[in-house]
Amino acid sequence: MAGTPNDSTDPPDQPGLTGLTGLTGSSDPDDRDDLASLAPATARRLYELMTLMKTADDRLSRGISSGELLTVYWPSRGQEAIAAAMGVCLRSDDQLVTTYRGLHDLIGKGVGLVEIYGEMLGRQVGASRGKGGTMHIASPGVGVMLSTGIVGAGPPVAVGLAMAAQRLGLDRVVVASFGDGATNTGSFHEAANMAALWDLPLVLLCQNNLYAEMTPTEHTMKIEHVADRAAGYGMPGTRVDGNDPVALVSAVTEAVERARAGRGPTLLECVTFRLRGHYFGDPMAYIPAEQLAAATEADPVLRFRARLVGSGACTAGDLDTIDAAAVASVEEALATVLAAPPTALTEIDHDVYADARNCPA
Amino acid sequence: MTMTEALHLALDQALERDERVFLLGEDIADPGASGPTAGLSTRYGTQRVLDTPISEAAIVGAAIGAAMAGFRPVAEIMIMDFIGIAADQLVNNAAKLRFMTGGRTSAPITVRTQVYGGLSTGATHSQSLEAWFMHIPGLKVITPATPRDAKGLLTTAIFDDDPCIFLEPIRLRGQRGMVPLDPAFAIPLGEAEVKRPGTDVTLISYGRAVVEALKAADRLATDGISAEVLDLRTLVPLDVAAMVRSVGRTRRAVVVHDAVGFAGPGAEITAIVQRELFGTLLAPIERVAARFVPNPAPAALESSIYPSVERIVAAVRQTLRPDQARSDPTKAGIRG
Ligand SMILES: Cc1ncc(C[n+]2csc(CCOP(=O)(O)OP(=O)(O)O)c2C)c(N)n1
Ligand SMILES: [Mg+2]
Repeated sequence: MAGTPNDSTDPPDQPGLTGLTGLTGSSDPDDRDDLASLAPATARRLYELMTLMKTADDRLSRGISSGELLTVYWPSRGQEAIAAAMGVCLRSDDQLVTTYRGLHDLIGKGVGLVEIYGEMLGRQVGASRGKGGTMHIASPGVGVMLSTGIVGAGPPVAVGLAMAAQRLGLDRVVVASFGDGATNTGSFHEAANMAALWDLPLVLLCQNNLYAEMTPTEHTMKIEHVADRAAGYGMPGTRVDGNDPVALVSAVTEAVERARAGRGPTLLECVTFRLRGHYFGDPMAYIPAEQLAAATEADPVLRFRARLVGSGACTAGDLDTIDAAAVASVEEALATVLAAPPTALTEIDHDVYADARNCPA
Repeated sequence: MTMTEALHLALDQALERDERVFLLGEDIADPGASGPTAGLSTRYGTQRVLDTPISEAAIVGAAIGAAMAGFRPVAEIMIMDFIGIAADQLVNNAAKLRFMTGGRTSAPITVRTQVYGGLSTGATHSQSLEAWFMHIPGLKVITPATPRDAKGLLTTAIFDDDPCIFLEPIRLRGQRGMVPLDPAFAIPLGEAEVKRPGTDVTLISYGRAVVEALKAADRLATDGISAEVLDLRTLVPLDVAAMVRSVGRTRRAVVVHDAVGFAGPGAEITAIVQRELFGTLLAPIERVAARFVPNPAPAALESSIYPSVERIVAAVRQTLRPDQARSDPTKAGIRG
C-alpha cells in the first residue's frame, strides 16, 4: 500500500477526498492476504489499541453528555487505526508531536489513561497536573513531547526534535501528527521544507479526516491529495487508507524505517473521518448525510473486528475478552481520576518560569 | 438583540451598502458558519464571504492587498490567540504602509477576532493580547462591551481609513441590549462612555471586564460607595479627556481589564491619568487585571486569575483607605 520513496503519485484505487469509496478498512478481497502479512501478535495488539482508544472516547462522550464529566474535547473517534499503527510501529524512545485531537495518538504512544483523563478533567494526577487541559498534553517519558492547540504549530517543533536526534546521533524517529487543514498553514510548509532539506528523521503524518472544523478540505486546497504536496519539498508522499490498520502498518513502517536509516522525512497522508465531528457536541449539520453514513459504515474499529474474525485470525470470544479488558481499564482509570484531588489553586504559582521569583508581582 | 446579532447586523448592512466590503476567514461561510457571519454567504455569495484555508498570515496579508486596491476587507481571525501568526502582516505592513509610503498607500482593513478566556480552553485559547497592538503606531484597537457598541463600532471600523483590530469578547456574545437598526448608525472611535455614573471612584474598563466592573459597582453601592464605570470602547485612539473628566471628579481610579496586568493596557492608562491628575488624586490608581500566568485550564483556577467582583471591590477599598488619603482625610476617614 505504501508508496516507494521518492514516489509521490498515489497508487490506483486510493480513497477519494469526498467519496470515501476506498475507505472501507476491509472491502478489498485481498484483505485476508494483507492480514496474513502481520504477525498474529501485531494484529491482536492493533485491535487492543483500537478498542482501548474507542472505549476511552466512548466513555468520555457518555460522561460529557450526561453531565458527569466536565471538560472540552475534540474527539478522535473514527481515527483509531492510524494511532494504533503508530503504536505498533514506533519504539518507546521515538517521539510524537500531536494535536488537540490527540486522545487516540496519546494512547497509541503509551500515555496512561489516568494521565490523560486526569489532565482533561483538571486533576492533580493529570499529565500536566491538570493545568494544561485537553489540548496541551505532554508525556515526555513515553515520547509525547507536545500537543498543540494552534493548528500547524506542531511540525516546526517536530523538526527541532528530529534535528536534535540527528545531532545527538540517536536513531530515534519523530512523528508529527496533524490534520489536513494544518497542511494549509505556513508553519507546515516551512517545516516540511526544512525537514527535507536536512534529511531529518521525521514522519509528517497527516490524519486527513476530510474536514477542518466545518470546512471540507477540498474547499481549501486546489490539489486533490495532501500527499501530492510532498513533491514540492523533495520528499516522498504516500497516501493510505487511514481506516485500514494493515495498510497503515506497512506505510508507517516504511516511513519510519526510512527516517531511522537517515534517508529523510516522508509525508504520509492517512485518509479517515471524524465520526463525532469537530468538537464534542458538534451537530454536524454541515456534513452530507450520505457521507456520514458511509463513514459510519467504514468505522475502522468495527471493520477490523469483523475482519479479524472473518479471516479466522481471532475468535469473537478472544475479541470480547479484549473489549472487556478495555472497558475495565477505562473504568478503573476514570475512577482513579475522579477520586483524585482537583488541581490545586496554588498550581498557578508554579512553572511559569524555572524560578518563580522571576514573575512580576 | 444579542451581541452576535448586533455584529451580524453590522456586517450585513456593510455588505449591503458598499460593494467594496467583503469578508474572509475560516469557517465563515454557510453551512459551516456560526456566530456573526452565519447566513451572510447565502445572502451575498461566496465571492463576498470567503471561506479561507487555515492560513492566518495570508488572510490578513490578502486583506491588506485588497484594501490597498480600494476594497474594505473584513478579515476574521477566529480566536485572538491565533493572531500571532498574522502579526507580521499587521505590524510590518498594515500598521506602517501609510507612513512608509508617505500616504500614497494605506491598509483600511478590519480584523475581527474573538477574545476567549474563562471557557476552560487552556493557555493557547484564552489570551487578551490587545497590549501588543496598542504598542504599534498605526493600528487602531477597538473592543465593545455591549451589543449597541458592537454594531456602532464595527460599522465605523469597516469604513475607517486605518487598520482596525476589533476584539469580540466571546463571553459577551449572548449579552442582550437595544441596538439601532439604522445602517448609518456608527460610533466614533476614541469616545469612551460612562456606563454607570458615580461619584466616589472611577472604574476604567473595556471589553468583557466592563461587565465585572458594573457588578462590582452594584456591590459597592450596597455599601454606600458610588462607583462610576467608564467603558473606554477603543484603546487606540484612547479617550484621555473622558478619563480626566471622570477621575477629575471622583479623584480615585481603578483600572479593570482581562489582559495580564504587567505591562498591560492599564499601565498606560494609569500613567496617563496620574500625569494629568497628579495633584487631584486621593489615592494611587489601582489596577485589577489577569494575573501574570498562562491561563490554566481548570475553571476554578482560571477564574482565580481574572478580575472578579471581589478583587475589584478590594481594590476600590484600597483607594478609600484613610492612609491613602492626601487632601481629603474626612471623606477617606468615613469610607475607610
Ligand atoms: C492557527 C489556528 N487557526 C485556527 C484554529 C481553529 N481551529 C481549530 S481546529 C481547526 C481545524 C483543523 O483542521 P485539521 O488540521 O484538518 O485537523 P482536524 O481538526 O480535522 O483533526 C481550526 C481551524 C486554530 N486552533 N489554530
Ligand atoms: Mg481535518
